[in-house]
Amino acid sequence: MSEFLNFHFDVDGDNFVSAGQASVQMKKNMRQLGLSPEIIRKVSIAMYEGEINMVIHAHGGAADVNVYEDRIEIILDDKGPGIKDIDLAMQEGYSTANDHVRALGFGAGMGLPNMKRYTDDTQIETVVGEGTKITMIVYLG
Amino acid sequence: MNIETIKNLLNAEVLCCGEHLDTTVHSACGSDMMSDVLAFVKDQAVLLTGLVNSQVIRTAVMMDMRCVVFVRAKRPTLEMIEFAEENGIVLLSSDMRMYEACGTLYTNGLGVSRKA
Repeated sequence: MSEFLNFHFDVDGDNFVSAGQASVQMKKNMRQLGLSPEIIRKVSIAMYEGEINMVIHAHGGAADVNVYEDRIEIILDDKGPGIKDIDLAMQEGYSTANDHVRALGFGAGMGLPNMKRYTDDTQIETVVGEGTKITMIVYLG
Repeated sequence: MNIETIKNLLNAEVLCCGEHLDTTVHSACGSDMMSDVLAFVKDQAVLLTGLVNSQVIRTAVMMDMRCVVFVRAKRPTLEMIEFAEENGIVLLSSDMRMYEACGTLYTNGLGVSRKA
């Protein structure tokens, strides 16, 4: 088992205004670790979209970022409603978000596609009524 | 084009980080949907938007943007201004509508690709 650095964040699900704070903090952490701007941007955007999703759909959850020597692993775990149809949710433009969320600038159906776009591997484990766990990997170098 | 030129072209008010007006930028994007900005924008340094909430500034931070222009005379909250200041992002507010503001910047060469 290789060694890694773990950064854990609790994502508050009741406050849209604060959504994204964990991603901003993680971006600072990655800068301090001296990672390249391209890697920092990919991880930040994927995590930010995930964080927004957790607030919009799942009343928050937990985010863990593990920094290994060769990769960064982002794990987003929530106890929300789960995703009924993953294939549909992965389609750009498909969203179950309401008008309120759209008025806030999100809910364009780009969340999951963006998370996939900016990472090298995306795994989604979801159980309707129980929650969703998304694991994303960005390889370094 | 530097940010000061953008401010003058859009007849905009500087809301914070005026010390960075000499920053040179090469492209911009206009959108009220932050998810689209996160999806389609690459290396754009200026965001023009009519959306006012803290996610606008966070999106700009995530995308390493240097300047956010609020169109249609929208004004950000004090909290948003403080957050932008922390991250060195210039905030401008212009009376122009989105279409006019984007058109003005484009006509003056911002983001226009030049073929050699």
